[in-house]
Formats: sequence, structure tokens, C-alpha cells
Amino acid sequence: MAAASQGSGTNKVLRMLAGRIGSSLLTLFLVSLVVFAISDLLPGDAAQEALGQTATPAQITALRHEMGLDRPAYARFGAWVAAMAGGDAGKSLVADMPVSDLIATRLPNSLLLAALTTLVAVPMALLIGIASAMNRGGRLDRALNLVTLSMVALPEFLVATLAVLIFSVKLRVLPSISMLPAEATWGATLQALAMPIVSLCVVVIAQMARMTRAAIIDQLDRPYVEMALLKGVCPRRIVTRHILPNAVGPIVNAVALSLSYLLGGAIIVETIFNYPGLASLMVNAVTSRDMPLLQACAMIFCAVYLLLMLVADLTAILANPRLRNA
Amino acid sequence: MTKGHTLRASRRWARRLPVSGKVGLGLVLFWIVIALLGPLLAPHPIGAFVDRAVFDGSSGRFLLGSDYLGRDVLSRLLSGARYTVGLGAGAAIIACTIGTSLALTAAVGRPWMDELLSRFMDTVISIPSKILALVMVAAFGSSLWLLLLIAGLTYVPGNYRIARALAVNLYQMDFVVVARARGEGPVHIALREILPNMIHPLLTDFGLRFMFIVLLLSALSFLGLGVQPPAADLGSLVRENISGVPEGAWAILMPALAIATLTVGVNLLIDALSVHGKRG
Repeated sequence: MAAASQGSGTNKVLRMLAGRIGSSLLTLFLVSLVVFAISDLLPGDAAQEALGQTATPAQITALRHEMGLDRPAYARFGAWVAAMAGGDAGKSLVADMPVSDLIATRLPNSLLLAALTTLVAVPMALLIGIASAMNRGGRLDRALNLVTLSMVALPEFLVATLAVLIFSVKLRVLPSISMLPAEATWGATLQALAMPIVSLCVVVIAQMARMTRAAIIDQLDRPYVEMALLKGVCPRRIVTRHILPNAVGPIVNAVALSLSYLLGGAIIVETIFNYPGLASLMVNAVTSRDMPLLQACAMIFCAVYLLLMLVADLTAILANPRLRNA
Repeated sequence: MTKGHTLRASRRWARRLPVSGKVGLGLVLFWIVIALLGPLLAPHPIGAFVDRAVFDGSSGRFLLGSDYLGRDVLSRLLSGARYTVGLGAGAAIIACTIGTSLALTAAVGRPWMDELLSRFMDTVISIPSKILALVMVAAFGSSLWLLLLIAGLTYVPGNYRIARALAVNLYQMDFVVVARARGEGPVHIALREILPNMIHPLLTDFGLRFMFIVLLLSALSFLGLGVQPPAADLGSLVRENISGVPEGAWAILMPALAIATLTVGVNLLIDALSVHGKRG
């Protein structure tokens, strides 16, 4: 590798990136197979449920044919994947409108919530992680360790309930339901979103801070840090100029991994606050057994999860200078 | 080893834990006792309407107040803990048994089998656990047995991943090579040579799976998709009393705190044990 020229090094990185992207797409395809297999294991129910108990067998057969349920499973899977890839997720059984329309009204809300949570959570988590790593073994580190360790194990609904009790019942500063008015000002939107954001932050910050701390401590034991210490560099400068550039890969990895906890957390938090997002749409789909809607929501969540993992992977490759300049 | 011996040894072991680990151990033991004896300790019949007022606070008669129908929260909580701990432990046993069996199969079996199993597990692990559980609940339903199975299956890939890494490492060890040279079969190698040497990390992983499963099942029940009435686990108790939030009712806070003390306790204990293990 040492003898390789600049060009082949770039090629190697590009090949690795392409490989990762390809394997993510393959995983997404396999995930769709698993989701389809689980949710389609009991076929025929959809037609029966749409028509109700009083339907004659002939009606059911006709509807099954119309919905394509009488085709073999692999044909239905093929058609479903092809349609999904083209952005057509079928028709909701309950709302009687295209699934993509339903999702289009909810997805921006979820993205807004996720983006704002990320904006608050990432700096705080990095701060906590770095502070406790610099104080390794000290009182602050041990206290933060205990706090984050406990926060990781908290159920989301406890956090959300406590937030409601404190901010909306006792202090009366925030509404307990996050309805998004059609033409809200930024201030009103932020106020409506404050508690969901706080609840989600608690869920992700703990995990993110712990992983950030681990990533930095992993660097602290390296010889170059000792070298910097010996030549008299102050601790803050060691962290900002020496350690952070080296730990970018692991830290981005930690951030991406922890942000995937948002997906699970959102399911609870959106439901508690009645927030019109994708996760609460999915919960409704489960309650009403609206399979096309459920499948589409599940695939979106899985795709986001895989995207986060992919970003973590790619930054790890790009942040490694040995690969970049080889 | 005699009974007194074991007791003394475990007491010595507990004393060596850091403070956070002791707190965790205490909480875990507390909840195990509650799960075993809970309904016997209940001061009131579990489903009975005993209070005329709803969402009462703590009082001498109702230690943890009353719920949205005027039932005793403490009694409901004591019986709910049985479902939460029981389902959690059962599902964690399912997850670890299936996961570890498959991991051992992958480690001692043929390469194509390892490839196939690992590819499958990698796929399933890329589905966030709550999403996977929701899809399964929608497809199969949520009777108690199904919930047990769904929660267990959801966490099989996580356990498989840990167990396979451990087993593949052990498979390279000298004593396994010797056993293979002796002509021992793959079943003997998996169960007699490899499994006994990975019990400790596997127990830690069992605790971790248990915590995840308790959180998952509580979340499902909280969404109304888990344990169905008349049965109620701690998550269901939070859900049914959600209308008490504006009053800050004990009926909603107590079950939520109960779950939190259980999961935080498990997490503290596991963390203390893994630090312990590394030192020792």
C-alpha cells in the first residue's frame, strides 16, 4: 500500500465507499423481504377485513382478485418492492387514500422534530462526553457516568410524563399537547415542540455522551497524547487540536448510532404528545391493522436507520487519513 | 459446596461490588421478590373498586393512591410487576437460548451455515427493535404467549452477534484444537468446550436483553399494543392512568417509576459486573 500512487489510493477509497453503499442497499432489500414476510404471513385477512363478517365467499374471492391477493407470495413481493422503489406504497386500507399522501403529510413533521432534537442533543452530548473524558476517573466523570448510565435505562414515557408534570402542570409554561397549527410562527412552533424535543434529547444524549467519552478515552492512551503532554501542551489544547481531529470518525459513528435511538423514542414521544408525525401514524397503522401503511412506515424507518449506519461507516472511512492519502 | 458456603461466597462477591453495583443488585433483588410474592402482599383485591374518589394521593389506606377507576394502585402495581418481570425474564431466556444455540451452530458448523445465519441476523438487526416488534404485533396479535415470543425473537439477533463473536474466538483456542484432534464431535465441542467458557459474558448479555425487553414490552403496553386487559403489566398501568397527568396523579407516576427502578437497577448491576470482570 505504501508504494501505491495517489490515484490508486483515491480509487481504493471510492471502491470501499461504493462497496458500503451497495451492501446497505442489499441489506435494505433483505429487510424489505423480512418485513413483507412477517406482515404477509397471514394472507387473505385484508379482503376479509375490508368487507366485514357479512360478505359472501364470492365477494371475498372477487376482492382478493382485485387486490391481487390470489397471486403467489413472490409475485406480490416483487410487485410491492418495485412499487415501493418507485415511491408508490399502495392504498391505505383504512383511510382509503394513497399511503404516499398520508406519509407526505406526516414526514415533514417528523423530520422537523428529528432535526431540532439533533441540533440540541449533539452539542450537549459532545460537551458531556468530552468533559467526562478529560476528567477521567474524577468526581465529575463518575457522577456523569452514573447519570448517563441511569438515563440509558429510563423508559421514554417516564421522561415525557415527568416533562409534562414539570413544565405544563406545575410551571404552566408549555402546552401538554403538541398540535402544530397550520400557520404557526416559529416561536409558537418551538413552544409546541419544546417538550417532545426535551424528552427525545434525554433518550439520545445519554447514549451519545457515553460513546463520545469512550471514543476520546480510547485516544487519551495513545503515545501522541503523552508526547503532547510531555512537551507541555495544555489539556484543553490537547483535546481540541490533537484528540478531536483523530476521534472524528468514532465520534460521528457514536452520533449516528445514538441518533438511531430517536426512531424508537419517537414512537412513544409522538404518541404521548399527540404529535402528528410518522411514528404516531405507524402506531395507528398497527392498531387498525392497516398493512400497506404499516409496511411503508416500517420501510421508511429501516431506510433511515440504514442511512445513519451508512453515514457512520462512510465517515469512518473518510476520516481515516491512512486510507485517504495511501 | 455446601449451602452455607455458597451463601458466604455470594455475600463476599456482593461486598466487592462498587456502590452503584450494590444499589443495582438491591433493586434487582427487590423486584424479583415482588414478582414472586407480589399478589400475596397486595393490601386490596387486585381489580376491586375500593376508593370512591379517583386519582387520590397517598393515604394510610391507599399507600400509593388510587387509579382512574378508584382501584388501589399499590395492589395493581404488585400484580403488574409479575407480568413485567415474568414476561421480561421469559422473553430474555427465549432470546438468549435461540441466539446462543444458533451462534454455537455457526461457530462449529460449516462455513456456508455461518455465512447464511450471520447474513440473516445482520438483516434482522437492521430493523429497529420497536419497529420489528410493532410489525409482528400487527401481523400476529398480542396475546401473552405471542408477546413473549415476539419480544424474545426481536432480541435474538443481538444475542447471536455477541455469542457468535465469543464462540468463534474460543473455537481458535488450543483446548478446542486439542478436543478436535481427539476426535470429539461438533456437539461435544459446542456444549462441553465452548459454552462453559462463555457463560459469564452471556449472563451479562442476558441482563442487558432483559432490560431491553422490559423497556420494549412496557412501551408496547403503553401504546395499548402489549398486555391486554384484564391483565395489566406496569406499562399498561401507565397507559390506563394517562388521564391523570394534569392532576399529577400518583397512579401514573408510580408504575412509570417502578419500571425505571427495575431497568436502571439492572443496568447499574451489569455495568458494575463488567467493570468487575475486567479488573479481576
